[in-house]
Amino acid sequence: MQHKMVAPMAGKVIQININVGDSVEEDDEGLVIEAMKMETPIFVPCNGVVGQIKVKAGDNVEEDDVLAVIETE
Amino acid sequence: MIEKLSTLIFTTGFVYLTPGMVFMWLIGLTLIFLAVAKGYEPLLLLPIGFGIVLANLPLAGLMEPETGLLWKFYEYGIHWEIIPPLIFLGLGALTDFGPMLARPSLIFLGAGAQGGVYIAFFAAHLLLGFSLQEAATIGIIGGADGPTTIFLASKLAPHMLGTCAVAAYSYMALVPIIMPPIIKLLTTATERKIVMPKARKVGRLEKIVFPLVGVLVMILLVPASAPLMSMFMVGNLFRECKVVERLNLAAQNELLNIVTIFLGLPVGATMNAQNFLRKDVIFIFILGLFAFIASTATGILVAKGMNLLSKTKINPLLGAAGVSAVPMAARVVHKMGQQADKKNYLLMYAMGPNVAGVIGTVTAAGIFLTLLK
Repeated sequence: MQHKMVAPMAGKVIQININVGDSVEEDDEGLVIEAMKMETPIFVPCNGVVGQIKVKAGDNVEEDDVLAVIETE
Repeated sequence: MIEKLSTLIFTTGFVYLTPGMVFMWLIGLTLIFLAVAKGYEPLLLLPIGFGIVLANLPLAGLMEPETGLLWKFYEYGIHWEIIPPLIFLGLGALTDFGPMLARPSLIFLGAGAQGGVYIAFFAAHLLLGFSLQEAATIGIIGGADGPTTIFLASKLAPHMLGTCAVAAYSYMALVPIIMPPIIKLLTTATERKIVMPKARKVGRLEKIVFPLVGVLVMILLVPASAPLMSMFMVGNLFRECKVVERLNLAAQNELLNIVTIFLGLPVGATMNAQNFLRKDVIFIFILGLFAFIASTATGILVAKGMNLLSKTKINPLLGAAGVSAVPMAARVVHKMGQQADKKNYLLMYAMGPNVAGVIGTVTAAGIFLTLLK
């Protein structure tokens, strides 16, 4: 199963805390988006392994853009 | 010779200093300190603090009617109603009404969070004996909108302008400290966890039509709000029409920055020792804080009321975002939402009531002006 981690709001990716292949748990801090001059941590939606990361630090993202894909068993 | 020397001494300001003036310097320096060291609304509190020091220098005559430099800034900038509307032009260009248009029902929250304005108005007049005009100026502090406070004060109670402006900007800087306890008191953890349904996308046409329709409806409804409302909406039209990008950027950057300089200094300069060192001042600060707290509370209560009537539940935190300190109130709401549930991202939903709150405060000011001028 693949779970997409999507941007809850438009903004700029300023920090990525996960790497492809990492095993992650629900509510880990995956990355940080800056919007309205505020840093908002985006949390991992489920337990699993990071399959893909679709953005890099400095990217501007729109709402609902896929940030990363988490693979679960 | 000695006589000449002594005359020279009497041309300096030192001999005319009063303890009140020195006390006002301390207040000015405190604001500068808070701006520099703590980052409290530095864009305004820094020039206001400096203006306070300047206004309390004997013989300098900077606030002397007709001739003083800061008096001219005040007279032609604020008294002539030029600077606060120009600030609103810039704010209009900075404001995205998208989140509000996505869920128009959130406008009620922006209106609900003006409750503190009226509660503080009645409290100031009935309980503490302020005149109606003074009470309105104090109440509007609860709208958490600096330029509107200055605009209304210049019309209704110019002697309180500096104090009310400083109160409004200080409490705005303190939103992250003032609001959370009130919010916690009035909402349950379950309510704070409510996840908002996905907002619909707002198209370009809607965003262009909004300032046009908005300006007609709001000014027809409350004509006295016209100076602020008209500039706010034309600034927003610059932003959304996408064909006058130069005007849009000038309004939200250069022009806004320039008028901010000319706003802060004379606002500070209205605070001379005579005007400020009165026992009223302490009441103004207390009532201003009370207005802020009451606005937060009424916003939340309106949200809870809407939940009783409607099937789709809204997160009552959004009610607190109706306090129009943009975007601080929305940020506080967002943070508290994430504290309750890490995956609850309220920021964009909170911006809806937040910008609606600005319109609500301008409307409240217009109503006061109509009734009390």
